[in-house]
Amino acid sequence: MNKKLIAALALALLYGCGTEPAKEEPKAGVEERTPGAVQPPAAQPPAATRPVAPTRVEANPLKDPNNILSKRSIFYDFDSDVIKEEFRPMLQAHGKYLSQNKSAKMLIQGNCDERGSREYNLALGQRRAEGVKRMLMLMGATESQVEPVSLGEEKPRCEDKTDSCYSQNRRSDMLYGGEY
Amino acid sequence: MKRALQIIAAWLLVLAGAAQAQLTIEITGGGADQIPIAVLRFAGENVLPASLTDVSEADLARSGRFRAQYAGGVQPLPTDPSQVNFSQWKSRNTDALVIGQAARLADGRFEARFHLLDVPKQASLGGVVFTFNAAQVRTTAHRIADFIYEKMTGERGVASTRIAYVVKQGTRFELQIADADGQGAQVALASREPIISPGWSPDGARLAYVSFESKKPVVYVHSLTTGQRHVVANFKGSNSAPAWAPDGKQLAVVLSREGGSQLFLINADGSNVRRLMTTSGIDTEPYFSPDGQRIYFTSDRGGSPQIYQIPVSGGEASRITFDGGYNVTPRVSPDGKTLAFVTRREGRFQLAVMDLASRQMQVLTDTQRDESPSFAPNGRMILYATELGGRGVLAATSPDGRVKQRLTVKAADVREPAWGPFLAN
Repeated sequence: MNKKLIAALALALLYGCGTEPAKEEPKAGVEERTPGAVQPPAAQPPAATRPVAPTRVEANPLKDPNNILSKRSIFYDFDSDVIKEEFRPMLQAHGKYLSQNKSAKMLIQGNCDERGSREYNLALGQRRAEGVKRMLMLMGATESQVEPVSLGEEKPRCEDKTDSCYSQNRRSDMLYGGEY
Repeated sequence: MKRALQIIAAWLLVLAGAAQAQLTIEITGGGADQIPIAVLRFAGENVLPASLTDVSEADLARSGRFRAQYAGGVQPLPTDPSQVNFSQWKSRNTDALVIGQAARLADGRFEARFHLLDVPKQASLGGVVFTFNAAQVRTTAHRIADFIYEKMTGERGVASTRIAYVVKQGTRFELQIADADGQGAQVALASREPIISPGWSPDGARLAYVSFESKKPVVYVHSLTTGQRHVVANFKGSNSAPAWAPDGKQLAVVLSREGGSQLFLINADGSNVRRLMTTSGIDTEPYFSPDGQRIYFTSDRGGSPQIYQIPVSGGEASRITFDGGYNVTPRVSPDGKTLAFVTRREGRFQLAVMDLASRQMQVLTDTQRDESPSFAPNGRMILYATELGGRGVLAATSPDGRVKQRLTVKAADVREPAWGPFLAN
């Protein structure tokens, strides 16, 4: 229960991140940026047109915070690579996008919390990323479009040694070409 | 006493802004049946830029096989066995006595000659003359310690070997190489992305490791002599867990290019990739037996991560660990008889060893987060990573758990240790 809440919260944060691109400054490429955060400056509309207008027509759907495609993270239970029901609509949308945009490429990065062996965690992260890949392919993505990789426990989003932190670190992130 | 001084000296170096944060070693447990040894200062040692005997004595004490006795107050310092008052040392129960002298040579280099004496037999066990420059004082001291160690125990010492490890300081990752006593650290690679799983080539000239600098794990081999490196495995998906074969020509790696994390063999130049076996689960953390005939690895094919072995030529994998639900990171001792690994007990990750003949298992630590065990090349110590006060530190223990040490770097996380091989003489 708790975990779901946290996951939802983390998603909300992510979402919030996307709506305020002005606050983002690239920090030395150390932290894995949340997908909303890797926006190239070009995607930002000129300051004058920025007011809260969800009616931007030409907005890139991948960057539009109101579009489900701007959501890129899947969170997992401890020691699990099961994709929970709440993430399925998002994955469906990405699978559909990939099938309709054959030139689009995606890197799926699987992550783990820090407990246990680094190399075994790397393998667990790989299993998570491959699970995402399989689901995207069911939705129409092709093999050549998606590359599942693992960052293991090496790129935590949150560095405290608490359960809520760990639950943010057990995740897969989807990055489109140009975002990594 | 001497040791305390050394630790303080190491500290001063750090405060003085030395280029490298040095590892500081703290001995937290002692072995049984230690050989009482007295290492006298060498006559004329003060001409050297640093003490030889302090370093040699610390090396011997750290090995866990020796107990360094008080060796001060002797005047004049003997330089020849004929000048030694053996009955005085006998009464102190000293087994081994080290005497010597040092001098500056006309060309500016230095010379040290020493004798190792068997006190009960009142006989010399031999000695060596070393010629060295100012930068080689520590190296010379380590060689003296190894000479003494081998004469007294019949086994090779590891004072002259090196260790590799990763230091995380803020957002910076450094792959460092240091002497086995943690001193003289050098940076082999600095990166803003993680570096894991360093492994020494059998000749000690190269390191294989995994770097995340291209946003995914890629396996490199890095020459320590030239500083050059090359990609060994950068296939679609993840590339990780490099392990050198004893011949130094090939590595076992984990690749996900065909789906799942699976074991492959690959030549050190990245050619001739071949799959070792096919399973539906995770196979990772390969490690060669010393004879190169078998590979130990971690697999969850049975539902939980356990240690298995498989012949390199292929065939059936057999399960090694059955006790507990999480046994990972197998590392075989140099004699092939003992397996070091990490086991989870009530949520704690602890270093354990197993006698491969009897399959008897022993947990060696009472810490929470042990990782990455690595045997010294003489099999007498196991170096591993653990956590102390929320920070990564290195620790070492003898395989019987009696000798214990901790190696820390101030204000940094240290992890992923790998003990290098013996160097050719």
